[in-house]
Amino acid sequence: MKFIDYYQALGCNKDATQEEIKRAYRRLARKYHPDVNKDPNAEEHFKEIGEAYEVLGDPEKRKAYDRFGRNWKQGQDFKPPPGWDSDFNFNTSGRSFSGTGDFSDFFEALFGGNRFGTGSGFGGRGFMVRGEDIHAKLVINLEDSYSGSQRTITLNKSTPGPGGHVTTQPQTLQVTIPRGIIQGQQIRLEGQGSPGMQGPNGDLFLEILFAEHPIFSVQNRDILLNLSISPWEAALGTTVKVPTLGGPVDLKVPANSQTGKRLRLKDRGLCTKTQKGDQYVTLNIMTPPAQTPDQKEFYQRMAEIFPFNPRR
Amino acid sequence: MEKHLTYTVFDESTWCSLSETCRLCKVEDAFIKEMVQEGLISPAGSSIHDWHFGAQELKRIQITVRLQRDLRVNLPGAALALDLLEELEHLRSLTK
Repeated sequence: MKFIDYYQALGCNKDATQEEIKRAYRRLARKYHPDVNKDPNAEEHFKEIGEAYEVLGDPEKRKAYDRFGRNWKQGQDFKPPPGWDSDFNFNTSGRSFSGTGDFSDFFEALFGGNRFGTGSGFGGRGFMVRGEDIHAKLVINLEDSYSGSQRTITLNKSTPGPGGHVTTQPQTLQVTIPRGIIQGQQIRLEGQGSPGMQGPNGDLFLEILFAEHPIFSVQNRDILLNLSISPWEAALGTTVKVPTLGGPVDLKVPANSQTGKRLRLKDRGLCTKTQKGDQYVTLNIMTPPAQTPDQKEFYQRMAEIFPFNPRR
Repeated sequence: MEKHLTYTVFDESTWCSLSETCRLCKVEDAFIKEMVQEGLISPAGSSIHDWHFGAQELKRIQITVRLQRDLRVNLPGAALALDLLEELEHLRSLTK
């Protein structure tokens, strides 16, 4: 187990006042809230901040943490000294985070994972608590959406055991990525959220994000591609093989096409049974550099033959 | 252990009544009414009895719940944050 420096997580000095710690937490929580911050690591960061505040924001826990914490550094291998918490009586408040709400092993070892509160009487007294929903982001490739796919995901789930103690265990789920799902849409898996306490389980919500694609970009359901062609292909017209998510297809470039012209490949975007997307190919005419005397002469002749001024 | 799971997708075809929306987002209908009054979400339908909510509405409700819970934002604040976040997303898509 690694030691976690909670002061470092909140960017506070060891002698910070409770007020300063609260302010630091609130500022960082706003900054790293996963709904506000698009960085995929934001959620992880947000949880770390929440855990740090769970400890430092509570004067009792902070005192206990300070007692041994001064001799440890962030990331050091760590084992809690036996009986270290005998003077303290913690009651973890159960503040909830977005996401799975689980604490680090370090936290669990020190403050016991009883985040539902000690002595609240779970286990046979008819006290029902619905499990929390879990919200997570799932990064997929455009190809996964284009043809639909399966993904195996691993979630850390807090499972309440006897006496209200919570253990965190990784759980593997096989998730279907439905064909044509697009960024921002959600897959809801009923009952796959946090387990309830004699109540129903929460649900799992997976919000789709697309990974950057090497050649395609995406706009809603449409796939966008830039295609470079030569001046003679543009002027005379041609048929080119262009990549699509479903494999290469023939694209007819009409004669006298210009740079910036958009050609549509119907229904080659992200489609569902009811929704359609297209692929748009934007032409980009590349002119070959004139290097040899022959080539320079050729451009010279073009200038003579074509009565053409692109700025008029 | 791997299980085959049933799932629902929130997409363009999502069309939820008030009670379904409450069930999916784990909120009370009074909360939804407040959000509608605040202009945070705009359901389809002329009266509360035939209100329907799409995927975008469900997402705005979920985000509002989280912002309230995690950052203690009130409804007008959440409305402002959501509008600004959408604007930001739009601007990001333009600069790509």
